[in-house]
Amino acid sequence: MRQRLGIKKIVIQALVVGVTLAATSNLHAADCAAGKTMKEGVLTIATGNPAYYPWVMDNNPSSGQGFEAAVAYAVAERMGFDKENVEWTSASFDQSIQPGVKDFDFNLQQFSITEEREKVVDFSAPYYSAPMAVLVRKSAVENGAAPTIESLKTLIWGIDSNTTALAMIQETIAPSSTPLLYDDNINVVEAMKANQIDAGMFDLPTALYLGGVVLEDGVVLGQFPADRTDTPDQFGLLMEDGSALKACVDEAVLSITEDGTLAAIEAQWLQETTGVPLIK
Amino acid sequence: MANERLHLKDVHKAFGDVPVLKGINLSVKEGEMVCLIGSSGSGKSTLLRCINLLEPIDNGQIIFKGEDISEPGFDPQPVRQKIGIVFQSYNLFPHMTALANVMLAPRRVLHEPRDQLLAQATALFEKFGLADRMNHYPDQLSGGQQQRVAIVRALAMNPQIMLFDEVTSALDPELIEEVLDVLRQLRRQGMTMILATHEIGFAREAADTVCMLDEGIIIEQASPEKLFTNPSEPRTRQFLSSVLKQ
Amino acid sequence: MINRSAARVAYDKQQKTKGAVIAALSSLVVLIALVVLVPRAPGWEKVQASFFDGEILVSTFPSLLKAFLVDIAIFLWSLPAIAILGLLVALARDQKSPAMFPLRALAIGYTDIFRGVPVILTIFLIGFGIPGLGLPRPWNSPYIWGSVALVLTYSAYVAEVLRSGIESIHESQRNAGKSLGLSSSDTMRFIVLPQALRRVVPANMNMLVALQKDVALLSFIGPVEILRQAGVHKSLLANFTPYVGAAIIFLAVTIPATRYADYLLAKQHRERS
Ligand SMILES: Nc1ncnc2c1ncn2[C@@H]1O[C@H](COP(=O)(O)OP(=O)(O)O)[C@@H](O)[C@H]1O
Ligand SMILES: [Mg+2]
Repeated sequence: MRQRLGIKKIVIQALVVGVTLAATSNLHAADCAAGKTMKEGVLTIATGNPAYYPWVMDNNPSSGQGFEAAVAYAVAERMGFDKENVEWTSASFDQSIQPGVKDFDFNLQQFSITEEREKVVDFSAPYYSAPMAVLVRKSAVENGAAPTIESLKTLIWGIDSNTTALAMIQETIAPSSTPLLYDDNINVVEAMKANQIDAGMFDLPTALYLGGVVLEDGVVLGQFPADRTDTPDQFGLLMEDGSALKACVDEAVLSITEDGTLAAIEAQWLQETTGVPLIK
Repeated sequence: MANERLHLKDVHKAFGDVPVLKGINLSVKEGEMVCLIGSSGSGKSTLLRCINLLEPIDNGQIIFKGEDISEPGFDPQPVRQKIGIVFQSYNLFPHMTALANVMLAPRRVLHEPRDQLLAQATALFEKFGLADRMNHYPDQLSGGQQQRVAIVRALAMNPQIMLFDEVTSALDPELIEEVLDVLRQLRRQGMTMILATHEIGFAREAADTVCMLDEGIIIEQASPEKLFTNPSEPRTRQFLSSVLKQ
Repeated sequence: MINRSAARVAYDKQQKTKGAVIAALSSLVVLIALVVLVPRAPGWEKVQASFFDGEILVSTFPSLLKAFLVDIAIFLWSLPAIAILGLLVALARDQKSPAMFPLRALAIGYTDIFRGVPVILTIFLIGFGIPGLGLPRPWNSPYIWGSVALVLTYSAYVAEVLRSGIESIHESQRNAGKSLGLSSSDTMRFIVLPQALRRVVPANMNMLVALQKDVALLSFIGPVEILRQAGVHKSLLANFTPYVGAAIIFLAVTIPATRYADYLLAKQHRERS
């Protein structure tokens, strides 16, 4: 009996705390997101289709599983939207950087923040700084490929042309043969399988995923320090140019950065990256 | 017969279920000119095409210079060059000059020096009054000229018999005579010829033998004097009166 | 009599001038409408900044031109292969003897398959697939196998065009050749083909225009040709103007080619009538 009462008490207390918390965050939402979302009271978030590991697990962002899915819900929560009030939609890369009205409040699919892109769309403060990493096949390692600029120069490179890796390769490595370009990293891997290229440059999480899951004999040869280039690839949430939500989104991103939430999400989903040597 | 050039024995030909030739028997001697007459659809063209092996026959024999050329498996290509044929619609090759039309087959088939072939071709053009048309394309020639070039083209292979299938039917009346002149010239030269024609006047004047073809059978065969003045078959009489009325 | 024909000439001339004036005026009206109205659309400024940025156009154009050389090279070395393979397949389909049935069936299967599959699929399957079997460098190059994919696809189309040309030549032409004692291959080579080829020139010109555009699809398997180069610029600059630049370069080649094909077609119609 006493025990029961005790439990009851705890439940009531928890409810009170919960309601208060909810009330404060709703107040917060009224502060910064009210009237600015596409649908009142609902936050519409876009990502790629398919979206995959480690960004979104099982192509199902509403599960909250995966780095970007988790970030999206954390940001939404700080903006005052609980899980039920988040709606997901999908948008391709090209569709997303076109000028004009967007059908999402923000969009996250590893968009690198660049000055030029910022002329036609808005980016939030960065939620991730991705170091670049080099993916090769075992056979390349056996043929003497090493994590040094000298060695990387002699490889034939393949790159996903939608990333900023091309500029980085040309500036940092300056390979002796012209890199080949592809539409997505699956095609880069396909060209590696066909032995048409030796190496691909990806951000580290992608490289780990491709090397571990997609390419059977893939090896992440090395990684560049994030500060190696002038502009380490930073991912931002993409919004319509001049979006009224930007201030609110920025505040939320800063908030999860400062209190360590973001770091915890990163640790959970993007794990330890040690074991991949730095490129000299 | 020693000087027999062509002998058809009981030649049958059907297109699908439709019999077109129902047992043709005909002997053509060296230097002889045989005219085939008969209403449209009676099988004249089919007979000539069978002799040239453009159509296989179903039954019977085609004996050319003592050899049965209608046997199944007989290679038609070498014998065709010895049997010239000229069509109603000329069938010149429109992308070649008159000279090229004439030279093509000799060049590819007869293994003789080019100069010699060219000289022979030129001689033929001159003989038939076409010397100034050698380098014209078919569409730059009149119908009569085109048909004469077609005849020259067949003659250039030095054939041993010539088949003519209504070679004047597509021509304007004033152009017919120049083609008939060529035939007369060939006749004088002793060319063996089979001629399907509606030119009764010419057949009467030039033929050695006239055959009346009706529904795939030669119903009457005689000298022109006999056949045109006193035909024995009512069907022949009927045909002649219908042709002469026109 | 003379007066009358002079009057007719003058009348014809007047009609012609009138027609030209009307055409010029109506074109001008349409042009003005476009120039005046389009910029008034509410989204015009954004569209202009994204698609028609003069500075970007000028700065990216030289690299686009350079990348277009890759397209031209692929086009040029594919062309003779397409001509030869297309002709062989068309000839195989024309074989009528029973002994040649397997060859004819093969040709039919080939044209059906390669005309039925989207080019881009063929490019992926052959461009990645065949090198994936383990060919050594440089024989696994995407330039080689991408071109092979284009050649296989376009040969199938060209073979069909040629076949229709061959079939359009009247049987009496073949008979004329045969009756002279020409072999069937000589008849094909000297009589049927020259006429058939001439007839299908306009259709094949259109094929060339399509090929010139489809060369850009090779960019999917790696080669950096003009479309990819434009895509790289687009990605870096977040601006679509480089695509407009690429379109201009394509049009500079394909419009004259298309016009020429139309001219040939019109000429052919005139000649036949
Ligand atoms: N290739 C063919 N296929 C089917 N029927 C044909 C063919 N050629 C001719 N015929 C038919 O054979 C008959 C005789 O035709 P043809 O020999 O051209 O007669 P003619 O030359 O005496 O007018 C006609 O009934 C014609 O329709
Ligand atoms: Mg006839």
